[in-house]
Amino acid sequence: MNPDLRREREAAAFQSELLTHVLDGGAERTSRRREIEALVLNDPEFQHEDLNFLSRSQRYEVAIRKSALMVMKLREYGIADPDEIYWFKSICLGTCVGPLNLHFSMFTHTIENQGTVDQREKWLPLACGLQIIGTYAQTEMGHGTHLRGLETTATYDPATQEFILNSPTVTSIKWWPGGLGKTSNHAIVLAQLYTQGQCKGLHAFIVPIRQLGTHEPLPGITVGDIGPKFGYDEMDNGYLKMDNFRIPRENMLMKYAKVEPDGTYVKPLSDKLTYGTMVFIRSIIVGDSARSLSRACTIAIRYSAVRHQSELKPGEPEPQILDYQTQQYKLFPLLATAYAFHFVGAYMKETYLRITGDISEGDLSQLPELHALTAGLKAFTSWIANAGIEECRMACGGHGYSRCSGLPDIYVTFTPSCTYEGENTVMMLQTARFLVKCYAQVSSGQLVSGMVSYLNDLSGQRIQPQQVAARPTTVHINDPASLVEAYKVRASRLVEAAAKNLQGELNRRESKEDAWNRTSVDLVRASEAHCHYVVVKLFTAKLSEISDAAVRAIMTNLCLLYALHGISKHTGDFLQAGILTDAQVTQVYQHVKDLLAVIRPNAVALVDSFDFHDSHLGSVLGRYDGNIYENMFEWAKKSPLNKTEVHESFHKHLKPMQAKL
Amino acid sequence: MAPTRYLRSSASRDVNPDLDIERKTPSFDVEKLTTILDGGAENTRVRRAVEAVIHSDPVFSREDKYFLSQNESYEAAVKKAVHLKKMMHQMKWSWAGSECKYCNRALGGEVAFTLHNIFMESILALSTDEQTAKWIPLAENYRILGSYAQTELGHGTYIRGFETTATFNISTQEFVLNTPKISAMKWWPGDLGRSATHTVVFAQLYIKGKCYGVHPFIVQIRSLHDHSPAPGVTVGDIGPKMDFNHIDNGYLLLQDVRVPRENMLSRFCEVLADGTYVKRGSEKINYFNMIIIRVKMLSNEVVPTLMKACTIAIRYSVVRRQSELMPGDQEAKILDYQTQQQKLLPVLAIAYAFHFMNEYMNELFSKGYREIKQKNFDSLPELHAFSSGLKAIVTEHSTAGVETCRKACGGHGYSLLSGLPSLYTRLAASCTYEGENTVLLLQTARFLVKCLGAARSGQPVPPSVAYLSAVNSERCLVRDKRDLLQPDVYVEAYRHVAIRVLSSAAAKLQALVQSGAEQHEAWHQCTVQLVHAAKAHCHYHVVKSFAEAVEKLGQEAGIQRIMKHLCGLFALHGIFSNTGDFLHDGYISGDQVDMMTASYLDLLAIVRKDAVPLVDAFDFTDETLNSALGSYDGHVYRRLYQWARKSPSNTKVRAGGKQTSPVCIHQGKPTLLSVLWACTM
Repeated sequence: MNPDLRREREAAAFQSELLTHVLDGGAERTSRRREIEALVLNDPEFQHEDLNFLSRSQRYEVAIRKSALMVMKLREYGIADPDEIYWFKSICLGTCVGPLNLHFSMFTHTIENQGTVDQREKWLPLACGLQIIGTYAQTEMGHGTHLRGLETTATYDPATQEFILNSPTVTSIKWWPGGLGKTSNHAIVLAQLYTQGQCKGLHAFIVPIRQLGTHEPLPGITVGDIGPKFGYDEMDNGYLKMDNFRIPRENMLMKYAKVEPDGTYVKPLSDKLTYGTMVFIRSIIVGDSARSLSRACTIAIRYSAVRHQSELKPGEPEPQILDYQTQQYKLFPLLATAYAFHFVGAYMKETYLRITGDISEGDLSQLPELHALTAGLKAFTSWIANAGIEECRMACGGHGYSRCSGLPDIYVTFTPSCTYEGENTVMMLQTARFLVKCYAQVSSGQLVSGMVSYLNDLSGQRIQPQQVAARPTTVHINDPASLVEAYKVRASRLVEAAAKNLQGELNRRESKEDAWNRTSVDLVRASEAHCHYVVVKLFTAKLSEISDAAVRAIMTNLCLLYALHGISKHTGDFLQAGILTDAQVTQVYQHVKDLLAVIRPNAVALVDSFDFHDSHLGSVLGRYDGNIYENMFEWAKKSPLNKTEVHESFHKHLKPMQAKL
Repeated sequence: MAPTRYLRSSASRDVNPDLDIERKTPSFDVEKLTTILDGGAENTRVRRAVEAVIHSDPVFSREDKYFLSQNESYEAAVKKAVHLKKMMHQMKWSWAGSECKYCNRALGGEVAFTLHNIFMESILALSTDEQTAKWIPLAENYRILGSYAQTELGHGTYIRGFETTATFNISTQEFVLNTPKISAMKWWPGDLGRSATHTVVFAQLYIKGKCYGVHPFIVQIRSLHDHSPAPGVTVGDIGPKMDFNHIDNGYLLLQDVRVPRENMLSRFCEVLADGTYVKRGSEKINYFNMIIIRVKMLSNEVVPTLMKACTIAIRYSVVRRQSELMPGDQEAKILDYQTQQQKLLPVLAIAYAFHFMNEYMNELFSKGYREIKQKNFDSLPELHAFSSGLKAIVTEHSTAGVETCRKACGGHGYSLLSGLPSLYTRLAASCTYEGENTVLLLQTARFLVKCLGAARSGQPVPPSVAYLSAVNSERCLVRDKRDLLQPDVYVEAYRHVAIRVLSSAAAKLQALVQSGAEQHEAWHQCTVQLVHAAKAHCHYHVVKSFAEAVEKLGQEAGIQRIMKHLCGLFALHGIFSNTGDFLHDGYISGDQVDMMTASYLDLLAIVRKDAVPLVDAFDFTDETLNSALGSYDGHVYRRLYQWARKSPSNTKVRAGGKQTSPVCIHQGKPTLLSVLWACTM
């Protein structure tokens, strides 16, 4: 092991293994996770060449092979618990994106949730056995966020009891679904249902797109890959164009809405239920934000402990770059953020399971809050993680730009989560709509519950900005609980300001939509402040659950850093609302720097606790043993340009030119 | 993928009506603005003539760009470079002329041998006349191909830390070059891996056991006959990167490589035959040349990239429709959403602000250059500090701006066919090359702290920091939101913050020193604050130079009006994003912040109307943009579909003429399908 890293690990003030247990939810779970990971890591069948040197087509092949192998092995080992499947899958795919992901998630999930008993009995065994491979085709070339705007049509023909599917325009071509281009032979297609001459809105249909056996596209189907992307090289995101393509009536998913054989449309009981799938995916993205940022932090912090540069003290050897305050200031707040998001992700998962438990028993009362919460937190965490990954990459200087660092790959794989499954700004505005509604409720004298209950403090005539601003300044910057309060006041102040601006616009404008649009910048800010509060609150709440004193101490410092750094980046909000004074803001800046120094000796141990195996990290710079330079050289030798000592371009282009001159 | 052939006249184009209508009533003369941006109508004419020549030549086509492997990209870049060399010769265009700059713009910088020019420039700057006479003709005629090998695997920013050695051997009159350990390998230099035959190697010079510091040596690394590596040389490509995969950034390992004494570039120091080390002249002029590279990079590479991203994202945002703004209406253009405006229009304002900043900096450097030619080096520290900080903030904001544009295009921005990912990945490198940004900001801060001290003790200070001598104003006195749009009001606000942040950093520094900390330790403790101060200083200058440039546009009322709006948008966006800096000492009040936010949002709506003409004025050809989303005609979806269908993942066909099947994108093997089917259980 590199001596710098060894020293760092020996000097840590806590046992990183114990923190790993906290992240995993217990020591037993850590050891079970490692057992499962070992099944993959020790299996030669899962080995493959470094993806960085492969063409897109080769990467796709690797991913398909591994996905298929994964399914077989999961069955072989009898792994069925969702968390265990997740662990197995993460380590198995590593840095690769699985073309079968949509099959296992959205395709089967949707049939399970929206299919009738008959439909589930027919399709699920086929899907589980991979006799059919499916994807979920919602987004169209011209329409994403606005579902009502989708143009694909499914027209019911009672004569044959079939739906006729059509892509009437270029913009209506299904575009982006993963696994659609080359992998899938079926797709769940979302289309506007027409029956008895009326449009009944968007419904889901199971559409076969390729011939079983030959895998050729079926007549009436045009399907293909949408071409190269920023990342996701292994994924065949596809397009699908349908021309008078007929499917039997039974292929419409009819658990909720139905079309009778004669074409009579039967309305669903509640349309809220179909939100369930989206909510589930969004809660997963929050967890992904945490994991992706953690990986980036692991790489950047280990590298910064190994890399030496310039002088801190004249005449002394070059120090580790992690000793520079500016480097700490770039990386440690991100490290704190990664931990914060881990706890938020865990909370979201618990909440989702708890509330969906209620849903299956018919209690939908918490669905609006869940929907609002997952939307905003999805946007908040993915935006911040997205920017954070790039900061980690740039903190690694030139070497961060090489694909051997693994950082470009983490970034390009993660960044689409800002736009997929709900574009972030749209998500923030959904949360804002909920917040404004709660605010209105409070204004009219009703109380609200859950994460927004702080709005109750604004009840009665206290809804005056001056009143909020006039609050006595009692924030203790060393106390996480006090900082939670500060964030709470900031959120309530911004929600209130946005709600009032909205009201002002409503009084001036004819259209509600216009007024909403003219307030949307304020509304997004309010949502962000709300989410920020939730994150600080959940991080703080987690501290008391940590039993080991040393671990709790370092996590308390990280939590403080998260909260104080957030304040230092938004001092305007805290100053304007009178939550903090100028002098306190100065103290906040200073305290952030003090915390950097406290975290410095523990930084490497803190990323070790994430416990990413080298193969999962996919980075030469982030190797656990820190032997980066020799391994960069080994890696570079494999570059495609190095296949021959003299590149063929020399003979084809250079030599003829030199001959002529 | 066939971007529409080069056409200037919009009349002859079939333009998407959603885009066409945006061009109907610009508030200013778009063509006139283009000529202003180009620095005169004659430049615009020359640029367009060059673009016409480049775009009509199939060798320069970039149609395949997004579908190439690393090997193919490299080969295409070599082919283009060779062809360009031939063409420039035929057209009698010079390397130093504006035509060359415009060629590069038209080609999106995707040509090989870019380091060859740096190789030549460094020889011109560092060599004696005899050395120049020997090497330059060879390089000019491509007899030799050069690179510039400074950065090592373990060392970048800190030149004194380089580990490569060049030991003088008196008996053979040679330098013996060595890479003593793996971290000393030269790593990253462009064109080094496969193309270059020669390179300038920076190495620690040793004579008779004594180290004389880092010096430049010309080293032949490949045979001029068969291009094989020279004895003792291990050279190769460093592998795939985030971008620049058409360039063979390389590594170089030297084992007892001998070069004659004459190969040390000796303009400033020479090693005599007996091993005597002689220093002569001032290296300051050389220093100036290094700074110039930075300045050129900003105006030729960084800011145009940001402008391209704005062009693509804004055009797409008036073609893309999403959701309803009015119930029952057609779906609205996404640029009509306030949140979309707030993402894109400040970035557009930043692009214009940086353009005018560059012009200002170019003037400053021309003046500096004249002085330096007369051996007056007084302005050098200022130019260095100024260009360092600006390089950092221009690259940082431009990179972030391009990414904002990409994300604002939603899912389609993630497709390479949008052109935006490549703009980002190219630009992202600029934050670390030619000086790592944090290091540069701290250099600026060091200069500022020194000047603040001088200003306070009444000594004269250079012009860019003269404002530090004035008394800082205490409060912003504005009562009406319209007054916040007065340039003198916001310029003053930025000045105030720049002084305050610098003063508090300097005070902290002084306090630490007084309490007994050593100078370097105190400095280290304050670096986060000092970076903040350097940024505030630069931000103030960008706002100020933009406001001054607007002032000078008096003869063009329409252009002046819209530029004033953009300048206000730039300034208020900066305040909106950092209200804390302005509120901190009560310079502006909470009420003023609310007014300012209202003005800021008003400006978004105003600039929205001219958004498309403002990006049209950048005058990028479709070929240069190479984007399915950003073409002049706005036929986004048609083009996206056409280009996607041409992707190799769809076009590789089987012998039978049918689409390649199952599961495998192209050369798929049926075994894969069997694997999948084998899972059936």
